[in-house]
Parts: sequence; structure tokens; C-alpha cells
Amino acid sequence: MEILEKGISGTTESSDIYITVEPNDENTIAIDLQSDVEKQYGDRIREVITNTAKNLGVSSVKVTAVDSGALDCTITARTLNALQRALGNERYNWKEIETWNV
Amino acid sequence: MERLRRTMMFVPGSNAGMMRDATLYGADSIMFDLEDSVSLNEKDSARTLVHFALKTFDYHSVETVVRINSLETVGKLDIEAMVLAGIDVIRLPKTENAQDILDVEAEIQKVEEANDIEVGTTRMMAAIESPGGVLNAREIAQSSKRLVGIALGAEDYVTSMKTTRSPEGIELLFARSSILHAAREAEIAAIDTVYSDVDNEEGLRAEVEHIKQLGFDGKSVINPRQIPVVNDIYAPTAEEIQNAKEVIWAIEEAEARGSGVVALDGQMIDKPIVERAERVIAMAKAANLISKEEI
Repeated sequence: MEILEKGISGTTESSDIYITVEPNDENTIAIDLQSDVEKQYGDRIREVITNTAKNLGVSSVKVTAVDSGALDCTITARTLNALQRALGNERYNWKEIETWNV
Repeated sequence: MERLRRTMMFVPGSNAGMMRDATLYGADSIMFDLEDSVSLNEKDSARTLVHFALKTFDYHSVETVVRINSLETVGKLDIEAMVLAGIDVIRLPKTENAQDILDVEAEIQKVEEANDIEVGTTRMMAAIESPGGVLNAREIAQSSKRLVGIALGAEDYVTSMKTTRSPEGIELLFARSSILHAAREAEIAAIDTVYSDVDNEEGLRAEVEHIKQLGFDGKSVINPRQIPVVNDIYAPTAEEIQNAKEVIWAIEEAEARGSGVVALDGQMIDKPIVERAERVIAMAKAANLISKEEI
């Protein structure tokens, strides 16, 4: 699935992450990450964002993430919310989400 | 033993940092708010954030409560996301009558049935915030087996009553008494309203002493700083603990003797005295004034 609209979720407050998703011409999941903890957790943050997109069936998206020390569950929640907003889904398929959020 | 609900802390559903830290402050219940503290265009993000927090963090023995939006807005979406995340209690805002409870209960049941969750797992709590709600407190309290408590929301209530809140709280006496009677008759918890002036510890103390004396189980709090103040006032005194221990020991001794009649210092101990003693012991344990092994 491709992301065709822009979607934003999160804040720049401590322990949160600000996620912007946009269309990506290159048909990949491209992530631009700014984080104070990039050295230690950068790869992990990218992995959580990538997995969330893949789990939703999204294969083409440009993600800009401004991290302020968010935990995995917050990164997942904000990424999911930004993608759902871009897809125009108000009602989530929680049952489907349950299958990968274990 | 009934659950202690001395303090129920409001946590805005949009605040990522507080999702994790909410258990650190010693509240008996945490109430994630999806309603008034969340702006209209962030309802979906708060719902998502709280869902993932509930699926991730171990809140241990702390009761998790969520205040949902009304069914007329996004309440149904809130219910689905929260029931599937395993929330303990769904709290209804602005409850006017028993039908409000039954309508939300029906939605909860739909989600439970559709997802193989045992019907009745999710409990409910009602906030009463209007003159009509106060007058219907009795039917609200008795409306559902899922209901674990009713809470007073005073800000909207005093406005409807054409008055304001005072330090003495005389304007809330009827509402508090009505809610208490309804809760006690239905054998559920009665939770008092928030104290909004977080910098006024003296005022908070006076109000908590007042509502404790009336008989409330506890109070909603909006700032972690308020928790130790409320818990401290609800903690029993050394004398109360000693009396309670003696009552429990006397019962145990009578049981060991096979005697049905229990006496302490020449006075007969009946059921209300035993119940009060058990409550004092539970409060003392919660306040770490006696150890779990001690009695």
C-alpha cells in the first residue's frame, strides 16, 4: 500500500515523538530521524517505525520523525496514528493490530 | 476484600510521558482521560496512545480506568479500543440516568462478545455532574452489575446550580450525600470530585478530611502532589490500627474456641465492628503502616 496523503501525529514534548508521513516516489519506507538518543537507539526507533508501517501493509512512505525519548509503544502509537490519518481511517482494525502487537 | 480507591489520578490521554510514569506516584487508580483534557482533533491520537500504553506497561495492582467520550461523539471508538486493550474500568462522563449506563454497557458487551472476552470483564464507573444526575443517583448506582463506583464531578454541577465552590463545600452537601447514599445502598464505591487549586495543600487537606468524614472512599486528583496528602488523611491512626488488630485477634480466638460469640474488653463484637476493623487493616496495609504478614 502506498501513502498518498500527508499525516501527522505526536508532539515534541519529552517522552514523545513527532511523526510526519508523506508520499514517497521511490516506493520504499524512507525514514529521516532526529533524536537525542540516535547513537544508542536510532536503529531501534527506525526498526519500530518500519515494522509498524509494514504491519499495516504500507510499503511506500516517507517518514520524518523528531524523537524526544519516546518508548517503543509511543513510537508505534504515533506512527500508526499518522499512517491512519494519511489513509483517512477513523476506525482501526484492532483485531488485526492485535495479531502483530504482542 | 473490596479494592481501595483513596486516590484516582487523572492522566490526560494525550500525554505520552505520563503513560509510563503514572504508577510511580502511589495512586490506587489511574484514570486516563480521553474526554475533556483532549482536544477534538486529537481524540484519535489519544485513544491510540492509551491503547498501546495499556498493552505495554504493567500497572500491577493499580486499577486502570479510562474516561471515554459520549456515545454521540466518538465514545464507541473509545470503548472498542479500550476493551481490547484490557482496561479495568470504563468511566462515563456526565451520567444523567440509568439508561446512559445501559447504553454504554451494551456497547461494551458487543465488543466483548465479538472478541471472545468474557462478558462482564470490563467494569464501569459513572461520573455524576448535573442536578438531574444527582437526583437519579440511586437508579444510576443500581443500573448495572458492572458498576464499581459513582463519582461526583462538581465543576459542571455547581454551575448548573447557579453557585460556585466554597472552601466549606456547603453547596455540594446535597450532591455528596445523595451520591454516598446511592453508592452505599448499591454497595459500590463513592469517589469525590477533584480539588482544582493544586498549590493549596491546606485547602485540599480540609476538603479531604470533610469527605472522609462524610464516608467517601476517596478522591479524584489532578496532580501527583495531591496523592500523598489524600493517602495520608485516609491512613488510620496508631490507635485505630491497634483497636482493629484486637478485634481481628478476638475473632480468630473465638473461632479457634469454636465460639460464635465474640467479645472484646467485655463488649460484644458484631458485624459492623468487624467490617470497620477489616477496613482499617486494609487502609493500614495500603499505607505501609503494618506489614502484609502482620495480620
